[in-house]
Amino acid sequence: MIKTVKEVQDEIIEDMSHHEDWMDKYEYLISLGKTLPPMDPSLKANTFSVPGCQNRIWVSVEIQDGKLVIQADSDTHISKGLIVLVLRVLNGRTVDEVNNTDLYFIRESGLRSNLSPSRASGLLAFIDHIKNAAKAL
Amino acid sequence: MLQIDKVRNDFPILKTMVYGNPLVYLDNAATTQKPQCVIDRVCNYYSHENSNIHRGEHYLCEIASMAYEDAREKVKTFINAKDAKEVIFTAGTTASINLLAHTLGKSIREKDEIIISHMEHHSNIIPWQVLCSEKNANLKILEIHEDEEETLEALNELISLRTRLISITCVSNALGTILPFKKIIDVAHKNRVPVMIDAAQAIQHMPMDVQELDCDFMVFSGHKMYAGTGCGVLYGKKHHLEDLPPYQTGGGMIEKVSFSETTYAKLPYKFEAGTQNIAETISLGEAVEYISNIGLENIQEHEKKLIKYASEQLNTIPGIKQYGENTVRTGSISFNIKGMHAYDIAMILDKLGIAVRVGTHCAEPLMHFLGIKGTIRASFAVYNTKDDVNRLIEGINKAIGMLG
Repeated sequence: MIKTVKEVQDEIIEDMSHHEDWMDKYEYLISLGKTLPPMDPSLKANTFSVPGCQNRIWVSVEIQDGKLVIQADSDTHISKGLIVLVLRVLNGRTVDEVNNTDLYFIRESGLRSNLSPSRASGLLAFIDHIKNAAKAL
Repeated sequence: MLQIDKVRNDFPILKTMVYGNPLVYLDNAATTQKPQCVIDRVCNYYSHENSNIHRGEHYLCEIASMAYEDAREKVKTFINAKDAKEVIFTAGTTASINLLAHTLGKSIREKDEIIISHMEHHSNIIPWQVLCSEKNANLKILEIHEDEEETLEALNELISLRTRLISITCVSNALGTILPFKKIIDVAHKNRVPVMIDAAQAIQHMPMDVQELDCDFMVFSGHKMYAGTGCGVLYGKKHHLEDLPPYQTGGGMIEKVSFSETTYAKLPYKFEAGTQNIAETISLGEAVEYISNIGLENIQEHEKKLIKYASEQLNTIPGIKQYGENTVRTGSISFNIKGMHAYDIAMILDKLGIAVRVGTHCAEPLMHFLGIKGTIRASFAVYNTKDDVNRLIEGINKAIGMLG
């Protein structure tokens, strides 16, 4: 049984809360980042960049059997960790599910308020990009 | 000798705790913190002196105008200008350069040339780039070499009969490298070319005597030298400023106005249209006095030791690469760590209470020249200590441990 969007988000909030201070949370994000599967290099041509944010993020959104297949990568460990979390929630969902999802885990896990402003806006822009790409499919 | 404990006590923000750690502020090239006397000066202005300057006959107007002109006198003495009229108050370095690009720009013709260096920050690139594109003029780039003589030779080759201005920074904001600006001025003057020096990263670190330097124009910001934000200076030799047309027009910069004709006010008011950033500009006077009381030579000696110590300590970190290490530096040290992304390191440093800058430092062309995407920059001010450097090194080592 596939977990619902809500279940996955609540799990992330729970996981993040186990890491007491922000150094622990960063360590957790960095370790998550190291688990991000390598992205198909041919898909990296489609670079997505966030103005004002100098770390690079690549993202590709495809649809298979009505479900989204999202691949993404970054040149920084912390962004990779964030990508793992977002993909955990959105990968394998339908376009409608993705567009109707409020990614509340970003607020409630404290991620949004504890990232640097450029990283936080980068994360939100990354999510918007996925939603827009999904709509266009 | 600088009494560091006393100096640190002057800056209330240095007592801030960041995520449970005492703040280590190493982003001074972006903006410095403010001593209590500067903060009090702004507060006192709004509490007891606030009015619009040079526009009324009442008591408040008079004391505010006097305070503003007193700041001009203090800046004049600080940079050793011949005349206070040569000190134009602006919103900062960027505003000063734009003022010059727009006014001097009016007389630029097709195929004229302006020379800048490859170490400029965007504020000393874009105004000239825009001007040259509008006028079909040429923007020429002087490469700064580690060997001073090579730089001067390159300059001699670049200068032509069509060169109208050399606009050059004194200190690279990204690397801390000090350019041979005095010698550049001398070479330019031998060729009868005027020079604007951008002292935004120099004025707080070393004595800048405009008469001794013989620069034609000098620009700097208040907020990088312990004053408030939104204030700065364009210094210009009087005859140059008199020759330039006004920049912005409006209230405060006129002598007589009718619907058919306007005559402009004399220097410095010709260039100060509209209500100025009065409070912060007055705070610049206070900041200049604060620096002078400590003594720029003392500040210079303290910061020199600190840069040397930081450079040595950074070199103990495996995989470190400093940029501009073989040059004489002031204010900043820029570096990367092999295999690590600068952003990851800076985010971890932040959580340890250490503020550094990361990225291209508004000097993208220089980053392209160095073939890198960006650096981590630690930049120093009068209140930084060896302890701050030690915390930085510990923090970087911790980040490397986490990211490795």
